[in-house]
Amino acid sequence: MSGESATSANSGSPKPPGTGRLGRLLQRSEAARGLSLLSPTLLIMFIGVAVPFGILIVMSFWTQIGFGFDTSPTVANYENFGERPIYGALLKRSLWMSSAATAATVLLCYPMAYFVAFHIHRNKMIWIVLITLPFWTSYLLRVFAWKVVLGYEGVINSALMTLGLIKAPLEFLLYSQSAVVITLAHAWAAFAILPMYVSLEKIDKSLLEAATDLGDGPVRRFLRITLPLSMPGVISASLLIFIPTTGDYITPALLGGPDGAMIGNLIQKQFGAINNWPMGATLSIILMLSIAAIALVFMFVTNFVRKRIS
Amino acid sequence: MKQSDAYISIRNVNKLFGSFQAISDVSIDIRQGEFFSLLGSSGCGKTTLLRMLAGFEMPTSGEIFIDGQPMSEVPPHRRPVNMVFQSYAIFPHLNVRDNIAYGLRKRKLSRAKRDTMVDEMLELIKLPEYGDRKANQLSGGQRQRIALARALILRPKVLLLDEPLGALDKQLREQMQLELRALQKTVGITFVFVTHDQEEALTLSDRIAVMANGRELQVDTPTRLYERPVNRDVASFIGNMNFFEGKITGISDHRASVDVKGLGHVTTTNFDAKLKPGVDICIAIRPEKLILTENEPRNTGNKARGQMDKAAYLGERSHYYVRLDGISQPVAISAQNRQRAEGAPEEKRPIWISWEDDAFVVLEDG
Ligand SMILES: Nc1ncnc2c1ncn2[C@@H]1O[C@H](COP(=O)(O)OP(=O)(O)OP(=O)(O)O)[C@@H](O)[C@H]1O
Ligand SMILES: [Mg+2]
Repeated sequence: MSGESATSANSGSPKPPGTGRLGRLLQRSEAARGLSLLSPTLLIMFIGVAVPFGILIVMSFWTQIGFGFDTSPTVANYENFGERPIYGALLKRSLWMSSAATAATVLLCYPMAYFVAFHIHRNKMIWIVLITLPFWTSYLLRVFAWKVVLGYEGVINSALMTLGLIKAPLEFLLYSQSAVVITLAHAWAAFAILPMYVSLEKIDKSLLEAATDLGDGPVRRFLRITLPLSMPGVISASLLIFIPTTGDYITPALLGGPDGAMIGNLIQKQFGAINNWPMGATLSIILMLSIAAIALVFMFVTNFVRKRIS
Repeated sequence: MKQSDAYISIRNVNKLFGSFQAISDVSIDIRQGEFFSLLGSSGCGKTTLLRMLAGFEMPTSGEIFIDGQPMSEVPPHRRPVNMVFQSYAIFPHLNVRDNIAYGLRKRKLSRAKRDTMVDEMLELIKLPEYGDRKANQLSGGQRQRIALARALILRPKVLLLDEPLGALDKQLREQMQLELRALQKTVGITFVFVTHDQEEALTLSDRIAVMANGRELQVDTPTRLYERPVNRDVASFIGNMNFFEGKITGISDHRASVDVKGLGHVTTTNFDAKLKPGVDICIAIRPEKLILTENEPRNTGNKARGQMDKAAYLGERSHYYVRLDGISQPVAISAQNRQRAEGAPEEKRPIWISWEDDAFVVLEDG
């Protein structure tokens, strides 16, 4: 960059267009250039994310009065959250259920991603497309599909009844936490496979041979090389699933029943039937903070573990 | 070589990739403590052969013995060999110390003992300050040395090196060649070294296997490979060579008399004992073994008259191309510039070439 400006200064050639102060600043600073490239996105992000977020924060300090708001700031909503155990319990349950869904998804998808990355040599892209094919349908459709599978007269129950293994339908299959976890795990699988596949695929095969050459059997090699090197994929997969599933309300609404309700359902009700928007805003903020805290702890722990493994 | 000498013994090994024959019937014996090179042009199967020694590829047929043990049932992580990969394969998530100590984990050593061994290795590769660096903070030469240390710390019986100097610039490469050779002498480990650089192979090796198209053409010491190549492929792969057609006129006293087109009568002891008088053969001489003179040399019968075609001045030496009667290809001559050069010799000037006894080699394929 400095070389360019030096030559133009030396040769005394007329300034090329766009080398005003701003142009020169852009040329000189990598960061400024990056920002200018990002600016359209930043604008949309600001309007689409920051503004609603700001509104949520402000509103969480308001109070609902009938159909209007008392806009004098108060922390009553946050106190309310601490006092009524239902909120905390629902939040805890949501975090727990989506952790379970995340763990299940990552554990089930890792082998698939591993298989395609290491054991498929031709047409990998076709395999990826095939694996993610179910996810081309709408989210709602996939949830309903599970309802069909898990329902009282669904695939599993009717099969078991036809075989005479059970007399009455298994009720715990539908309208339970496990139904929600199973459905969430399946519905978000594509978001786990892709990042893990990418990070596994990136691993240089000669590293694996080197580990073998230095005396590691397949298991040791996996633990010492493959797993740590694919950790970025596992982490992003986990976050990609954990963050949206914690606040999900469609799946628990359709499959959860009373036991399987999550915080998302409550938030939705605050903005709907209960009509307490400030409380809904408060719950949303608390949910967001909990997710952020858990994500941070998670990243910290995995980083620590990764250092210890090697 | 006797079977008992061989530490590594490659016996009639073939390797097919699908229907493509990468290695055809290779048999090579490598002695203990030897610096052995596999030399050949790109795609001739050097890496494939090395990977079969390491156990990453299995021979389609044939057997490899290391220290008398057949290797066909031994997986790569149990073989007494270690490999330095062409790409170095330094683990990116580990620092230099952990990379070097990687293979030690299996041996139940105390932490202190392990640290001392790593320190010794860092000392040996002259990177004592670099223990805490990550792989992406190292230069190519440093990575190469770490890859070497990582294998050497395990004291393998055999170290396999796949073009370890290929990615380095000329200067660093020559320095590393010297270090590698010195290191091999110090640790006394058998090195099997793959390269496509003939000069590198000649400088470093005790013995070299020259390969082409998945076969070994000749396995010999550098001197013999250069002075006494068995066929045209070897002769032209290592250094430059002038080839002539000829016919053997007589053999007596281990000395063959050959009638050479363009040169007349030549005698040499460098020939295969199986050859009989009357056979058409190929005879060859290195450019630096030909002597160029203005006037007819006296006291020797080994001479021919020619005409200067081209000359190229290279500083320390010059290359000349001389036309001889009866052959179309000009003969290459390389000469030290002992005296100060006085401009280029004029073209088409008549000159003489001569050679010492035994400078010619008779090659297998005529
Ligand atoms: N896994 C494989 N599948 C098919 N063909 C292969 C495979 N590995 C190597 N080959 C072929 O075998 C031949 C020898 O390959 P090899 O890698 O041993 O060459 P090389 O002598 O090491 O060459 P270079 O000097 O370029 O590294 C090549 O023609 C190559 O295309
Ligand atoms: Mg190779």
